[in-house]
Amino acid sequence: MEIPYTVSARRDTGLWNAKVGIWLFLASEVMLFGGLFSAYIFLRLDAASGEWPHGLLNVPVGTMNTAILIASSVTVVLAWAALKMRDLTRYKIYMTLTILCGVIFLVVKLSYEWPQKFDHFGAFIKEDALGKYEQYLGNKHLLEKGLPPRKEITGHLHNHEALTDPNIKDYEIALDPVNADPTNPAMDRPHFWPIPATDKIATIEKEDVQYANMFLPKHSAYFASYFTITGLHGAHVLGGVLVFCYMMLPASFRLYRHNPEHLANRVEVAGLFWHFVDLVWIFVFPLFYLL
Amino acid sequence: MNNPPDISPVDHETEEYAHEVRRHVRGYLMVGGTLLLFTLITVGLSYVDFGVLFSHLFHVNMSEASGRKANVTVALLVATFKAGLVAAIFMHLSAEKRLIYRVLVFTGFFVLGLFWLTFLAWYDPVHR
Repeated sequence: MEIPYTVSARRDTGLWNAKVGIWLFLASEVMLFGGLFSAYIFLRLDAASGEWPHGLLNVPVGTMNTAILIASSVTVVLAWAALKMRDLTRYKIYMTLTILCGVIFLVVKLSYEWPQKFDHFGAFIKEDALGKYEQYLGNKHLLEKGLPPRKEITGHLHNHEALTDPNIKDYEIALDPVNADPTNPAMDRPHFWPIPATDKIATIEKEDVQYANMFLPKHSAYFASYFTITGLHGAHVLGGVLVFCYMMLPASFRLYRHNPEHLANRVEVAGLFWHFVDLVWIFVFPLFYLL
Repeated sequence: MNNPPDISPVDHETEEYAHEVRRHVRGYLMVGGTLLLFTLITVGLSYVDFGVLFSHLFHVNMSEASGRKANVTVALLVATFKAGLVAAIFMHLSAEKRLIYRVLVFTGFFVLGLFWLTFLAWYDPVHR
């Protein structure tokens, strides 16, 4: 039995069925991401001054990934327009470019951005020990400038075993530039180009630390939100790429020969999902990377 | 921008149709370029301290927290503009059937309700 209204519009809705279906699905997606975004925003607004991490993500890489997703939104709409013009060769080119953009986005996220975070370390210092580490925190300088205080020392952990071995009494950290030279006015705000950790080593006693961990979800509400939202978004990118791959299989080209408008409609529906994924990233990028 | 119509079986109409779609394609490319440009603007604006800027421009004394809120507001305004372009042009919402708008009105209503539920985290009848 043939599925009805794949190409022609139903008289009551004025739309072919898959179009109604995808918009109902996107409505549920708005609720899914909306809940996570609202949780993030309220956690952020309620965080005490200086306790919300800032400038820990790689802005040039985030900007590049944003550009890649925007480019893929353009190529998918061009693929659909090519099908509408019955130009299968152009469709194949634009669809391949779209898949390529999606794959590059995921590779950058999973093989570079996330692992870089897993390799970074942060130690939140107890309130009564902040003065002891003033040389790394520079809070007097920040107070004079009316800026929020620093409570965390970050960098690369030299003695990883300190995380699990209670007999080791301190952490040895190759400091990030912000903690190596905290009173330098250039460190008051995050940099666009990330600066690697310095070779200046700080020894921080465990008893002065309120909480310490690698940059994992349990490091802070910030990283918990970051990994949850970018992970869920990445899962959507993967889903979109798989659907686009299906649309490049021989079965889809057979459908094109049999009923080209049907394939164009399938691409439009998958494209709507892809644009939604792009739209979510448009908010993820400034909220997590820049602010 | 309207959705290109279905292709016509008549030859001369097919020609006109192809011309129409090419016009849309130019539009999609322009929107893509605008989105990329505004991505760079978002990055640039995040390095502007709006607290300091507004203090100079309007001779008001803004705290660091107020300045940060101003930066968040500006970034979200730019993001909303970009999202609006994606929705209106790439997702064809600028000229869609009434049923889709109805679905979206309900979505907007319920997502605001969801935000309100999160907002209840601040509800405190004891220390009012």
